[in-house]
Amino acid sequence: MSDIKTVDARGLSCPQPPMLAREAMKKVGKGTIEILVDSITSRENVSRLARNSGWNVTMEEQPGEIYRIILQK
Amino acid sequence: MSAFSRFLTSRWGPIITGLAVGILAPVLVKLGNPGNMGICVVCFNRDIAGALALHRASVVQYIRPEIIGFVLGALIAALSFREFKPRTGSAPLVRFLLGMFAVFGALVFLGCPWRAYLRLSGGDWTATFGILGLIAGIGIGIGFLKFGFSLGRNRPAPKALGWVMPTIMVTLLILVILAPQFGRDAEGNPTGPIFFSTTGPGSQHALLIISLAVGLFIGFLAQRSRFCTVGAIRDSILLRENHLLYGVIAFIVAAFITNLALGQFHPGFQSQPVAQTNELWNFGGMVLAGLAFTLAGGCPGRQLFLTGEGDGDAGMFVAGMVVGAGFSHNFSMASSPAGPAAFGPIAVTVGLAICIVIGLTMREVKT
Repeated sequence: MSDIKTVDARGLSCPQPPMLAREAMKKVGKGTIEILVDSITSRENVSRLARNSGWNVTMEEQPGEIYRIILQK
Repeated sequence: MSAFSRFLTSRWGPIITGLAVGILAPVLVKLGNPGNMGICVVCFNRDIAGALALHRASVVQYIRPEIIGFVLGALIAALSFREFKPRTGSAPLVRFLLGMFAVFGALVFLGCPWRAYLRLSGGDWTATFGILGLIAGIGIGIGFLKFGFSLGRNRPAPKALGWVMPTIMVTLLILVILAPQFGRDAEGNPTGPIFFSTTGPGSQHALLIISLAVGLFIGFLAQRSRFCTVGAIRDSILLRENHLLYGVIAFIVAAFITNLALGQFHPGFQSQPVAQTNELWNFGGMVLAGLAFTLAGGCPGRQLFLTGEGDGDAGMFVAGMVVGAGFSHNFSMASSPAGPAAFGPIAVTVGLAICIVIGLTMREVKT
């Protein structure tokens, strides 16, 4: 689990969540990234960007309407 | 309904919204709205400011039902799809300032990004300088974003906060219907507190019910599709993501075809409706507007749609736009068809300087 890079983008507005996700994808290259967001718009934007960048995307909703997006490559 | 919603949140959503706006805006002109101004979010907020006597430019005073519809349509969509999520706390005061400066710039050009595209699609070639300025302003904003600009995080807020803007919009709807005239002028004629233009752009409008219905429809679509006329250019440059840009392209193409069909396409630089021909300040005004919208995270329409989701910070931006529109006319900053006003250029210059300071200094504070 320690290999997972976590990005907390909760409470941030457009376009910061996808910007942070893109930064993390560039830094990690290959591996697993966990991104936390708290709006459906950010969830859509981050997952769209990741998919278009060739990452596998899975999502789960956590209590308090927090979305945990897992990116894998 | 959920299949329709999924469709609107897919990459087709912004295109459908763009087509809807592109068709309906010229139709609103046909039905009475000012030329090339079927929908202009900044101009319409300026008209509302005038109707509430925040400025006394008698030709631009009307409570525009489209704006009311935008917020309430977005509210209906947000409530229907569990996206009504009251929140605030992301530098609200700075967002108020950005709303003001965005309007200062847009009213030098005489239109927000929505109207810039509509002017272009109606054949007003002076809009090209505004659109180039808009792109330049967005580019400057992207530079600040890349160097760490952030207005910080919002926090969940009580449900009541999310209802403030919709309640204000319902109040405005009551005021446009009742149009109370409590006061008396020197000759004893009824006047105010609500003022409606009898001549000029403010007097030109479609039927209230039609304007409201169009606003509700677009507000609903745009909340689902995240349509944004500034985010379109920003995401294309910053993230190489074009799905919002396709929405704007659909908007311009649909408006162009509808204008042609309705006999409203009049190409040229001169004598365009509610426009001025000064290239430098058409460009400069929209550099300021583009920068302010980018720092605030979206175009004026998007800010209204966000208030429908309960975003109090977007509400502060909208409040800044209305107050800024008042200042814009009271301090002779807003252009007229004759050209830039006495203090338009200095307002743009000072606004740019302040927005650059905001871009350089606002950072997320780690707690």
